[in-house]
Amino acid sequence: MTAPNWLKIERRPVASGRTVFIISVLAILAALLVAAIFFAAYGISPIYAYYLILRGALGNMHGFSETIRRMIPLLLCGVGLTVAFRALFWNIGAEGQILMGAIAASGVALFSGLPGPLLLIAMFIAGFLAGAAWGLIPAALKAKLGLNDVITTLMLNYVAMYVVLWLVHGPWKGASMRGYAYTDMFPNAAQLPMIGSTSIHWPTLMLGFIAAVVMYILVNRTRSGFEIRVVGENPEASRFAGISQFKTTMLVMFISGGLAGFAGVGEVAGIYHRLLDPSQISMGYGFTAIIVAWLARKNPLAVIVTSFFFGILMAGGDVIKIQLRLPFQLINVFNGLIMFFLIGSELLIRYKISIRRR
Amino acid sequence: MGWETWIIATLSRTLAYGTPLLIATLGEIFAERAGVLNLGVEGMMIMGAYSGFVIAYTTGHPWLGILVAGVVGAVFSIIHAFVSVTLKANQVVSGLALTMLGLGLAGVLGRGWEGLPLFTPIHKMTVPVLSSIPVLGPILFKGQNLVVYLTMLLVPVLWYVLFRTRIGISIRAVGESPATADSLGVNVTRIRYLCVIFGGFLAGVAGGYLSVAYRPSWTQGMTGGMGWIVIALTIFAFWNPIYGLLGSYLFAALYHLSFRLQAWVSPELLKAMPYLFAILVLIFVAQGTLKKKMGAPAALSVPYTRGEE
Amino acid sequence: MRILYGLYQPDEGEILLNGKPIRISSPRAALTYHIGMVHQHFRLVPTLSVAENMVLGLDEGTGPFLNYRQTHKKISQIAEKYGLVVDPQAKVWQLTVGQQQRVEILKALYRQADVLIMDEPTSVLTPQEVDQLFATLRTLVDDGLTIIFITHKLDEVMEISDRVTVLRKGKAIATVNTADTNKAELAKLMVGREVVFRLEKNPVKRGEKILAVDDLQALNDRGLPALRGVSFEVYEGEILGVAGVSGNGQRELAEVLTGLRRATGGHVTLEGKDVTNRSAREIADAGVAHVPTERKTMGTVPSMTIRENLILKSYRQPPFSHGMFLDNKAAEENARAAMKEYAILAPNIDTAVKVLSGGNIQRVVLARELSGDPRLIIAAHPTYGLDVGATEQVRQILLAQRDRGAGIVLISEDLEEIMTMSDRILVLFQGQVMGIIDAEGAQIERIGLMMAGTEEEKK
Repeated sequence: MTAPNWLKIERRPVASGRTVFIISVLAILAALLVAAIFFAAYGISPIYAYYLILRGALGNMHGFSETIRRMIPLLLCGVGLTVAFRALFWNIGAEGQILMGAIAASGVALFSGLPGPLLLIAMFIAGFLAGAAWGLIPAALKAKLGLNDVITTLMLNYVAMYVVLWLVHGPWKGASMRGYAYTDMFPNAAQLPMIGSTSIHWPTLMLGFIAAVVMYILVNRTRSGFEIRVVGENPEASRFAGISQFKTTMLVMFISGGLAGFAGVGEVAGIYHRLLDPSQISMGYGFTAIIVAWLARKNPLAVIVTSFFFGILMAGGDVIKIQLRLPFQLINVFNGLIMFFLIGSELLIRYKISIRRR
Repeated sequence: MGWETWIIATLSRTLAYGTPLLIATLGEIFAERAGVLNLGVEGMMIMGAYSGFVIAYTTGHPWLGILVAGVVGAVFSIIHAFVSVTLKANQVVSGLALTMLGLGLAGVLGRGWEGLPLFTPIHKMTVPVLSSIPVLGPILFKGQNLVVYLTMLLVPVLWYVLFRTRIGISIRAVGESPATADSLGVNVTRIRYLCVIFGGFLAGVAGGYLSVAYRPSWTQGMTGGMGWIVIALTIFAFWNPIYGLLGSYLFAALYHLSFRLQAWVSPELLKAMPYLFAILVLIFVAQGTLKKKMGAPAALSVPYTRGEE
Repeated sequence: MRILYGLYQPDEGEILLNGKPIRISSPRAALTYHIGMVHQHFRLVPTLSVAENMVLGLDEGTGPFLNYRQTHKKISQIAEKYGLVVDPQAKVWQLTVGQQQRVEILKALYRQADVLIMDEPTSVLTPQEVDQLFATLRTLVDDGLTIIFITHKLDEVMEISDRVTVLRKGKAIATVNTADTNKAELAKLMVGREVVFRLEKNPVKRGEKILAVDDLQALNDRGLPALRGVSFEVYEGEILGVAGVSGNGQRELAEVLTGLRRATGGHVTLEGKDVTNRSAREIADAGVAHVPTERKTMGTVPSMTIRENLILKSYRQPPFSHGMFLDNKAAEENARAAMKEYAILAPNIDTAVKVLSGGNIQRVVLARELSGDPRLIIAAHPTYGLDVGATEQVRQILLAQRDRGAGIVLISEDLEEIMTMSDRILVLFQGQVMGIIDAEGAQIERIGLMMAGTEEEKK
């Protein structure tokens, strides 16, 4: 890099947690600053817009509940992605794994005839396994044939999407739903309990918290976690140390896909109580979770914070749409910008840049 | 319907659908040959599709639309070049961010333009004399537009540039061994920027082709994952423009053939076919024994810092 | 020297060329001053042809287009003049290391270099190839070129140079005429103290047979035969040196012996048990330590801490793990002890390995591999790229292991290292054993001939 003479660029050996935190916050603020241009372009004061978003997402019970509702799938997928990213597996397919989880849960809810509480437990297990299975396909393709994980996971998103569409238009189309592409409503026993009158399906939220803690312990304190980190940081060294890349890759994708499957179960059993259009089941959670995991610096516990933050942003998307009458895709712009500023700011973590004094 | 008409219809549509894939693949081949993986193709394409349509609609000049689509794609790709080449950030994440940003921006800006008919698309043409050749005539020279032919012409040109010119040697050297190229006075940063921007330009053009020629209209998400298929095709093509042509058309042919299964398979499942094909294509490539000799550029997606190897 | 070639910028001072101060801002600028460089690790693009490597980065006044015929002609002209014959159309990866070096020199000459900087050019050559290189260099000097020859081998300095500058820690200690000095004086200038040339070595106490390799065969990464029927034995308490020009199967041999590469034929027997094609983990558990060539890409995980790197292989066993959980306390104690025993210089045990010096990284590798007193040690280029002090320490450590009774296979391209350390020397050429001789009284010329493919008469 050719830098002007008055700048001094040094490699930082290890950045402290505080430095990383401050730089991350600054990156987000910078992204929001750039995004402010859009509000201004629509003739809306950016300060007012951000105030509305914050108030809408946190200012009252309804808003808060919407924030948590968005946070649940982001938390589950985000935690799973930190594990996959740790092993250097680019799982861009959480979206598809969510859908597969939703399909499996719906199948169990509609057709298994299991009684009472068993039904929900079976739905979660089936959802986890279906998401995991969808995640194991690209894992095996990468570990055995060296196929690019980004592409395979992405392609499987589309496949999962069309499978859902096929089910709701075809074989699983509900008898009572004449014109609509929905399945029938789930029986009551297949519907998750809520906190009060909110739309917070707390069992899934609890699963998310548990997953964050368990995965933190797994990555940092167990043998498997050690293997995951070695494979991710230096695949050659893992070969040298006799660690199986195949097993490690399969393990992380079993977890990552399974947790995304949980998220899918939560959406259909907690919110919609039926299988419906894929774009409704998952509003891009799988993609947003990538930023959630990245912002958490691949630390499962930190995902609790970052998924909450993106929950606010997504709930704020409703505000943007309803109160400000702006297109909801603005949220994608936000996401893209945050991601750019975030990875751009990593230069500041790796290097210390100061002004040279002569 | 006779088999002749059937083949003609299928192959003719293959050319039409394969063209945008090919254009964008050629661009990605150049970016990756220089060592920069750009997963933002989908984002650049949709931005191209949007801006191309808007310009063609407002000015009535479809060619201007395509040109502007390319320029918008190029400008958009500069973000990726800056983040991944200058800031040396992770190229996978940067490319994903570019796609998100593109889909978001096109969605926001394109809200008022949906469903409008484009009265001045790039017209299909019939080449006199040649179109009367049996079979080949109607496939190649009837009902296609000029972009299709220009793209075919572009393939040997880009092949020549990549493998027979000074800049081509520099590009391949930068993607294979940037330290070597640097030590010989090749400006690694400049070459990488140029290739990413060229890739962005072609991705934009491919998007523009979709909205002003292939389906003259603008809809949200009209690229429908083509950008990702392009990434797969780039691998399938072994980073060679000639194979890029074969791959794009082969893929487009499979795509259209699968719709002949409509009598047996539901349309939703058929729509999932292209994505499954993309995976199958990669599996096919992985089976190739020539993997070592025809592998990816050695420095693909590795940022270059002088003195750190 | 990288500053001279424009890769780095000087903080202070100036460079004079023909008496005029110049500023070399980039390699391209170095070219305009006719300064060429032959790097230790070749700067060639393996997938490009020789001719393409020649013209890379050049502007020959033909715009973007190439005139292949003219380029080929020019290459042949230079090649014939200086005895550097090579096929201009061959892809670089198809060439041998010696040929690739010729391409490097050709490249500098193609660019009309007046000053040629050579960085450790002999480390990859056989003694015979070195002679050939020196002959070429002499013709070049006769033709009026200036050559800056960087090396740490004193014999070479004495043989090829006219004047010597000794560098120590970035400072020019002295510049003398070669004719007015000798090896001992130069060595003293290099380290700042007297150096002993021969290592103190206890007489070999050869014990039981540990390793038997019989007719071993294996393929390289390109799927071509790399080992073609290699057989030898290693005994307790001895160092078997494996000499050879780089790329003659040494790397593959080390990998097969440690379970990182499949043998396609033959047997490896460890203490009487057949361990052919066992996994890396099984072989490590059987008491085989591996000090790999690539300590940063293979031997360690640079982004992880010293503590974690020290348990890279033993993390699955007590005391470092109980059941599925790791025991951080045990790992900490282990790291503290290792840092002390091996004198690893680092702020603390949680320092990432990537910020350590090469010598300290190698100490981490040794500390890990030698823990648990391995029966057999496969050490590949253990001192490559280390400074004098670290080199000496690593050699002492290996000798101590030998005296303890471990069998050691020492793979090195540094003949001096092989000669001083080994008890017996095996020479590999194109995947075959050219002979195994006693190190005591071995002549370097004889080993050189074997490295170039002359087979030792079977006794």
